[in-house]
Amino acid sequence: MDSKNPIESSPSIEITLNSSSRRSNSSSHSKASRGNSVREVTFGDLGSKPVRYGSRGADSEGFSGSQKEISDEDARLVYVNDPEKTNERFEFSGNSIRTGKYSILSFVPRNLFEQFHRVAYIYFLIIAVLNQLPQLAVFGRGVSILPLSFVLLVTAVKDAYEDWRRHRSDRIENNRLTWVLVNDQFQQKKWKDIRVGEIIKIHTNETLPCDMVLLSTSDSTGVAYVQTINLDGESNLKTRYAKQETLSKTPEKEKIRVLIKCEKPNRNIYGFHANMDMDGKRLSLGSSNIVLRGCELKNTAWAIGVAVYCGRETKVMLNSSGAPSKRSRLETRMNFEIIILSFFLISLCTIVSICAAVWLRRHRHDLNTIPFYRKKNFNDEDKDDYNYYGWGLEIFFTFLMSVIVFQIMIPISLYISMELVRVGQAYFMIRDTLMYDEASNSAFQCRALNINEDLGQIKFVFSDKTGTLTENKMEFQCASIWGVDYSGGKDSSVNEQVGHFVQVDGKILRPKMKVRIDPELLQLSRSGNNTEEAKRVHDFFLALAACNTIVPIAFDDASNPTVKLMDYQGESPDEQALAYAAAAYGFMLIERTSGHIVIDIQGERQRFNVLGLHEFDSDRKRMSVILGCPDKTVKVFVKGADTTMFSVIDRSLNMDIIRATEAHLHNYSSLGLRTLVIGMRELSDSEFEQWHSSFEAASTSLIGRAAMLRKVANTVEKSLRILGASAIEDKLQQGVPEAIESLRTAGIKVWVLTGDKQETAISIGYSSKLLTSKMTQIIINSNSKESSRKSLEDALRMSKKLITVSGTTHNNGGNSGGAVSPVALIIDGTSLVYILDSELEEQLFKLASKCSVVLCCRVAPLQKAGIVMLVKNRTSDMTLSIGDGANDVSMIQKADVGVGISGKEGRQAVMASDFAMGQFRFLVPLLLVHGHWNYQRMGCMILYNFYRNAVFVLVLFWYVLFTCFTLTTAINEWSSMLYSIIYTSLPTIVVGILDKDLSRRTLLKYPQLYGAEHRQESYNSKLFWLTMIDTLWQSVVIYFIPHLAYWGSTIDAPSIGDLWTLAVVILVNLHLAMDVIRWSWITHVAIWGSIVATFICVIVLDAVPTLVGYWAIFDIAKEGSFWLCLLAIVVAALLPRFVVKVLYQHFSPSDIQITREAEKFGSRREFGAVEIEMNPILEPSRR
Amino acid sequence: MSNNTASSSAGANGSADSAAPRRNSKRPKYSRFTQQELPACKPILTPRWVISAFMLVSIIFVPIGIASLFASRDVVEIVDRYETACIPAQNRSDKVGYIQSSADKTCNRTLRVTKRMKQPIYVYYQLDNFYQNHRRYVKSRSDEQLRSRSGENETSSCEPEDVINGTAIVPCGLIAWSLFNDTYSFSHNNQQLQVNKKGISWKSDRDHKFGKDVFPKNFQNGSLKGGAILNTSIPLSDQEDLIVWMRTAALPTFRKLYGKIEQDLLPNDEILVTLENNYNTYSFNGKKKLVLSTTSWLGGKNDFLGIAYLIVGGLCFFLAMCFTVVYLVKPRRLGDPSYLSWNRTPGGR
Repeated sequence: MDSKNPIESSPSIEITLNSSSRRSNSSSHSKASRGNSVREVTFGDLGSKPVRYGSRGADSEGFSGSQKEISDEDARLVYVNDPEKTNERFEFSGNSIRTGKYSILSFVPRNLFEQFHRVAYIYFLIIAVLNQLPQLAVFGRGVSILPLSFVLLVTAVKDAYEDWRRHRSDRIENNRLTWVLVNDQFQQKKWKDIRVGEIIKIHTNETLPCDMVLLSTSDSTGVAYVQTINLDGESNLKTRYAKQETLSKTPEKEKIRVLIKCEKPNRNIYGFHANMDMDGKRLSLGSSNIVLRGCELKNTAWAIGVAVYCGRETKVMLNSSGAPSKRSRLETRMNFEIIILSFFLISLCTIVSICAAVWLRRHRHDLNTIPFYRKKNFNDEDKDDYNYYGWGLEIFFTFLMSVIVFQIMIPISLYISMELVRVGQAYFMIRDTLMYDEASNSAFQCRALNINEDLGQIKFVFSDKTGTLTENKMEFQCASIWGVDYSGGKDSSVNEQVGHFVQVDGKILRPKMKVRIDPELLQLSRSGNNTEEAKRVHDFFLALAACNTIVPIAFDDASNPTVKLMDYQGESPDEQALAYAAAAYGFMLIERTSGHIVIDIQGERQRFNVLGLHEFDSDRKRMSVILGCPDKTVKVFVKGADTTMFSVIDRSLNMDIIRATEAHLHNYSSLGLRTLVIGMRELSDSEFEQWHSSFEAASTSLIGRAAMLRKVANTVEKSLRILGASAIEDKLQQGVPEAIESLRTAGIKVWVLTGDKQETAISIGYSSKLLTSKMTQIIINSNSKESSRKSLEDALRMSKKLITVSGTTHNNGGNSGGAVSPVALIIDGTSLVYILDSELEEQLFKLASKCSVVLCCRVAPLQKAGIVMLVKNRTSDMTLSIGDGANDVSMIQKADVGVGISGKEGRQAVMASDFAMGQFRFLVPLLLVHGHWNYQRMGCMILYNFYRNAVFVLVLFWYVLFTCFTLTTAINEWSSMLYSIIYTSLPTIVVGILDKDLSRRTLLKYPQLYGAEHRQESYNSKLFWLTMIDTLWQSVVIYFIPHLAYWGSTIDAPSIGDLWTLAVVILVNLHLAMDVIRWSWITHVAIWGSIVATFICVIVLDAVPTLVGYWAIFDIAKEGSFWLCLLAIVVAALLPRFVVKVLYQHFSPSDIQITREAEKFGSRREFGAVEIEMNPILEPSRR
Repeated sequence: MSNNTASSSAGANGSADSAAPRRNSKRPKYSRFTQQELPACKPILTPRWVISAFMLVSIIFVPIGIASLFASRDVVEIVDRYETACIPAQNRSDKVGYIQSSADKTCNRTLRVTKRMKQPIYVYYQLDNFYQNHRRYVKSRSDEQLRSRSGENETSSCEPEDVINGTAIVPCGLIAWSLFNDTYSFSHNNQQLQVNKKGISWKSDRDHKFGKDVFPKNFQNGSLKGGAILNTSIPLSDQEDLIVWMRTAALPTFRKLYGKIEQDLLPNDEILVTLENNYNTYSFNGKKKLVLSTTSWLGGKNDFLGIAYLIVGGLCFFLAMCFTVVYLVKPRRLGDPSYLSWNRTPGGR
């Protein structure tokens, strides 16, 4: 385990975003997601965007319009470098953390309390307590609490182990060392001893021990880079700033008198709100001034900060919470059957009590003389009734006693077996090598352990596009520069190009990523500034290299010591791709400090002063940078989405070029490429001066900073000259088209919900085979409620017509192929605004359910969740959401099953998900293979557990009918308790984990087999009732064969009890064996081992002289009739089941049955030829 | 194994950019276990299997059934129900009163041997409608007390027959208290038939459950006598009638071994039984029967198992025939994809 990252390794600390704050954040930024070519994701990262000029606080102020005053009661006052004063008034938490739930003392009560949240446990507790009453003592004291205590113990041991691991990681964490300012010098101190107000010094690559406000850093401008991978999983570097005012202070030498007034600890990792009073001046602090616990300091020699939140009040700790718990559909179903079983139980008990009542009534005068009853205690002086409380009470007690005796009708062991089985299934899913993603080095993760089997019943898949269907790995594809389309690089392979490189300090510096290069363009870019064309190319690439917030980091190439690789760290993958592209064409960004950037242009190092940078924002949808060039000119470079860029481009200039660029843009976006338009202009000195003064004013203003900055940006971003446009390919993930095809064949509807624009979404739809040319597209783009209503109605009519038409043609043709000409619905977010949460929802649902594909573009995160709810509320079908970004969190949480892609966009989706994996295509094995198996296994297991316990209870019941209804059990009480724990539990767990009805290959070859789960083939009420009838028959056989064979013989109760015990265990295990499909050695061991174990247990129990049944088994086993009874029971009990099974398999074989046979007997050729896994789905062969 | 290639191919086409070697790969280790590819046998119910299974069962069951029937028929059993017959006609209106009275309850019965009975002939008494498995009853004993003298006062489970006048009853409890006390003596041609009452109980009970140092004490001293009185000078381990009785019967109709006649009886032998009809089964309409029976390898006389085996065997034979016909008339090719639902119902998905 990596001890450097205890936060990550500690299982309990997980970061989930406060969903409410998240939602408000995302909704207020929802416009950002409409940014033309800027990815929908960006808004999620807004909080961490580095804004050099003007602190990050600006953004949050922007929304409120003015600086928010923190009232005193809401504030926490931190006296910097004065922890005593800081901590004297308020009890701030220390920095030691405790993620362990229990201490040694609290473990037992707390753990028990938590375990008894389960209704089933309470039921068994009540029964155990009832059994302790002397009047009701059916079982011995020890015996009666055995099953419950066993279950509790197993869970407690599991919890204790987990908690011990948490405590261990806490201890490691708490004892880490850091440098803390004590008595004016930095000393090493343990993390747990850090207090709020102390000044802490962090060195590069160290982990931050608490949340602290930056005071100064090694960088002269106060920049610090942090990696927040432990916090939100994003591996890129984020920039944080120390306030200019505190930069100059050296805390060792001079006393700092600073008071920080900050908000109370909260969970928002993207927001921070504080004021700093320093030397009478008041400064505002925002989230770019705070570094959070768990982050690592990178690329910065040291940083000094003051601790403001410690220990459990840090944001990372406040955010640690487990995965949301969902309940499996099967379990909900099962609860219904459990209710039926409890009705059975109650009716059995009622029958017994009524019979007992009648018997007592009829014999009420004889009770004293009947030798086996003898109501009165004649030896007592006053001849009291012994253990007799009157007719009514006796009946009541009989009822309660029968509940105690028949308690296992409700299978307690089922709950624990289900958990064990799920753990086992999860183990196999995690260990599946086919669901391991090499690229991100991520294996499958099972975060929710209670919905494994739901994977087998998914009917709707809601998928995000970016990062889910696509790789979210941007690749620069082509560019249109000065009206010329350079996209010739298509054919040349990347590998042939050595790529651009630069010599630095005797080392070769080379960009990490290789980019496909258009030779013609390369030629042009190298030709210098000779021609007009070349000049534009020069400017274009300069813009690409400069107009971004990328931080270049050079690191040694492990394979080649003479080469250094240049890694571009940045927030937006688009910017990275553009920077790499610029580097490939010889414009390599090699250094960025706060004031300047160094770009190596064709081997010549040039230094540009960054005079100003206007952040991307959702209104402008563009960003700009003002560069002071080496030739003393000042230039503005702007890049942004086409819609907003063309409005600021001077249309009077170069009209033809603008037209050509627009045409190219159209081409690019129809290819599914993401486009950005780039423009520039030179600033005259006066313009620059004017801009500069207003920029300074805006960035230092305290009130409404963001709005003012935006205004300043607008003044400079105007009448631009167009340079060209870039096109970036959002690469489809590997295997996505095949995966979608498979899912569709399996009868799963795939809906894509994306924030991208319509054209991009449709083009991705085509390339991922979601849309085909055969499909009729219905597109709904409406701007009002009325028009949405109208277009919905039209669409409904049209879809009806289409379906009927295709229905008839299909009948005539008799063609059974893909059948119905499919309809695709494409709808955008604006229309959804009017449709969702209104009466139009119903119509949309009707329409959508007729369509085989639904594509929603430009949707906000909350709308994604709304669409999921639209389906979830109206059908009982299972829904699955898959996504990778923070914007998918709400939809992942809303769907029945949430799948997170552990991709580039951080870990928020993974944190919110139930399952996490590396690639979209793993959805196919996850659903079709593991989902199928899990569901099949779980369904069988539940039914079997019902059967297993019911058959035992019924055997007890039949016997009770022949004991004067007094709830005697012939079966040893230990045996009846061990029955569901030892005798029969292991095989069902093993089979539940290991049995496979079909091989992985078959399941992938015939995705249609997934339909079996949609039809609930392995668990439905018909099966339940059939099983119950079978149970009844089997119990009759088990009970009555010995009963009749030994009627009127000398048989004693323990002996016949042993016979029943063995018979029931053998039968129940053979019953399971009949359903086992794959017999591996483990299955053999479990099933036959259980039978042997039962024999051993029975023998051991009968070798204890103090028990009534001493030596019974040896006595009865001597007789031939014992063995004949066993054989007859097994055969006669299983006969009907066997016959029904054979008949059913012969006359109406299920798909699973047929394919299983085909697997075994089908020609080797047919099955051998099928390539594994992701191959396109073969047309089902048909004769 | 094809899966091997599958996993490696999936690995190979991973991604191009993972140039940097990953030292701590999270790639799950491949093993046949973790990939759920353990070698396994996958039995399928083919017609041949089904028919041979049925045939096999019938081939095994029918002979066993016949053998058990023969064994049962070989057992010679004489049953004499006497609980009413042994009450003088004038007392039959108040049987309970009669049985509780101190009148002489000797009764003579004559049994006729129908078939030759080979020794040992077991003498049983059979009680009907006597619930020795009644919950109050079965719990009313103290195994600790029976086992050793030191457990003498362990009588808490024995209520209401636990102590008398403050001292423990040995053996305590309802079971012991209600010990059967009818006695039988047999004579044949005016010659006493010896009934061997040694060894009628389980050896394991005598050795381990009933102590050699435990003697009856305060037994049947209460106002209501339940049954037999024990000789206080004989240790419990030798009180075989008690030991037999204390092995409580499983079912309400049961037999208990009374003794063994180690002498052959010939057909038409008349056996005179002199019995003491002491035991009160009248309060609950219990029947009492005297049974003389030989035994076979299968135990006593009971046709049930033989018949059951014949029925099951016959049924299986019949089913085997049926399935043969079914498979001949309406065969189905196993694994034929044309039966798949999406191939059968066109367009259905």
